[in-house]
Amino acid sequence: MRSLSLIAATTMREAARRKLVALAAAVGGAFLLLYGLAWDLAMRSPHNIVHAPNRAFERQGEGLFVLMGLYAANLLVATVAILAASDTLSGEIANGAMQTIVSKPVPRRVVILGKWLGFVALLTAFQGAILGGVMGIAYGFTGYAPPHIAAGCGLMWMEMTLLLTVTLLWGTRLPTLANGVLSLGLFGMAFLGGWIEQIGALTHHPKAVNVGIVASLIMPSEALWRRAAFEMQSPLMTALNLGPFVSASVPSGAMIAYAGLYTAAALGLAVFAFSRRDL
Amino acid sequence: MPNELAIEATGLRKRYGRKLALDGLSLEVRRGEAFGLLGPNGAGKSTCLKLLLGLARPTAGTARLLGRPAGDVEARRRVGFLPEHFHFYDWLSGAELLELHGRLYGMEAGQLRRRVPELLERVGLETQGKKPLREYSKGMQQRVGLAQALLHEPELVFLDEPTSGLDPLGRRLVRDVIREQRARGAAVFLNSHLLGEVEVSCDRVAFVRAGRILATRDLHAQPAGAVRVRVRAAGAPAGFWQRYGAAPAADSAPAREVELAGEGEIPKLARALVEAGAAVYEITPVAASLEEEFLRVIGPEAAEGAGA
Repeated sequence: MRSLSLIAATTMREAARRKLVALAAAVGGAFLLLYGLAWDLAMRSPHNIVHAPNRAFERQGEGLFVLMGLYAANLLVATVAILAASDTLSGEIANGAMQTIVSKPVPRRVVILGKWLGFVALLTAFQGAILGGVMGIAYGFTGYAPPHIAAGCGLMWMEMTLLLTVTLLWGTRLPTLANGVLSLGLFGMAFLGGWIEQIGALTHHPKAVNVGIVASLIMPSEALWRRAAFEMQSPLMTALNLGPFVSASVPSGAMIAYAGLYTAAALGLAVFAFSRRDL
Repeated sequence: MPNELAIEATGLRKRYGRKLALDGLSLEVRRGEAFGLLGPNGAGKSTCLKLLLGLARPTAGTARLLGRPAGDVEARRRVGFLPEHFHFYDWLSGAELLELHGRLYGMEAGQLRRRVPELLERVGLETQGKKPLREYSKGMQQRVGLAQALLHEPELVFLDEPTSGLDPLGRRLVRDVIREQRARGAAVFLNSHLLGEVEVSCDRVAFVRAGRILATRDLHAQPAGAVRVRVRAAGAPAGFWQRYGAAPAADSAPAREVELAGEGEIPKLARALVEAGAAVYEITPVAASLEEEFLRVIGPEAAEGAGA
């Protein structure tokens, strides 16, 4: 237990010392600044989507604008999760630091779980700040808050954790660059699959929907985002299938459970693979 | 003490794909002994160390450290390890590195407050402890790596090519540290391709080539069988040296090396010289140098990769 928290704390300290925290804060800050600017311009423009003929329509425009912000924020968090974790195992194995650590009286599972916990804590803070920022800015301008915030953010947290865990799993076997390419590639494939599924649902092509489902089975990250978007969109949007950030084909509860099991299995496999590999 | 052996390895084999890195290596290291594994690059020294530390799994064979299976967490608690080309998180300072490693060993904060400055001083980094490792030279990294391996006063210390990157002062530090560890009863396992380093530091040495131990030698044992002696004597009659297979020399007291059947022959040679009316300046047994033995055991082609 002591070693676990020591390794988690060391992972966080590394992020702080190597300016990862400062950079993430700068990027997140710039992102929120831009988003705030967009709101400011939208509120001032006479032709903008948030100025609809009546209050109910105005709310739809606001909701769409919030989803757009969440969509971009979620993409940013997902990418940061993959990039931050892609070097941590393979890099330390390659430069020899890992050999010194695992020759200490600490089981290897504790080493990898400690790193995982450290990254989960860091990325949760990052994600919380950036999602909170997006919703806070929107609320500040309009007083609008999306529905089911806890469920939506929880689903996005699941997506971040999934991507982090899968990247750590590949890191037990692959060098940094290969790991980054593979993890980002899988994320991209799921992303594309999600869009194919969306378009298939809107145009009533069941085959396209199935392609999306298969992509989600291989990598369920995008399914989690789409479920989150579904939870956080207004019921009217759902009824009208309105706009590009809205979930037309909604991932089922079974798919969400599958994503959770997928993450747990990836973590178990990462522990197993790292415990058995030669260093 | 439950077990007098610090290391006990039997038939260790390790295959990496098609390459056989270790081919049935067996060895024993006693507690309090400094043991050197000597061999050319690629002989399997580092692989052997990895198997003993549990960093890699043997394809076959078993190893025990301090009476426990190699790789066991409890065994690692009492073991220190300096890897070849020590490298660690460069964003830590030297003192922070030692604190982190101490805590990984399970040491208490109070112990660390005492041991960390002690160790920094021992390796000559007492004024550099607050500097980040990224500002350390290669030699300083190696020194802090050495400190890290000794922090918890282990019963067994593994040093993998410890003097790589060290200047002559650093090499001397390693030598002194090995002596100190032995003096307090710890066993030292030294991997090296530097003959001189092993010769001055170790009690026993094993020659390894192509994943096998070819010979083991006790560096303190009196040589059995034939001995070579260096003799300086003047005035022996012509023909005297022919008995010993040495050529007569022109100047007054030249040094000659002659081979005798055993140690008991040395006083007899002295007596024979005196009785023959010679003036004896020196009779010194010459131990076969480790280098000669290394070349003989390993073979000159394989030894080319190793520096003498």
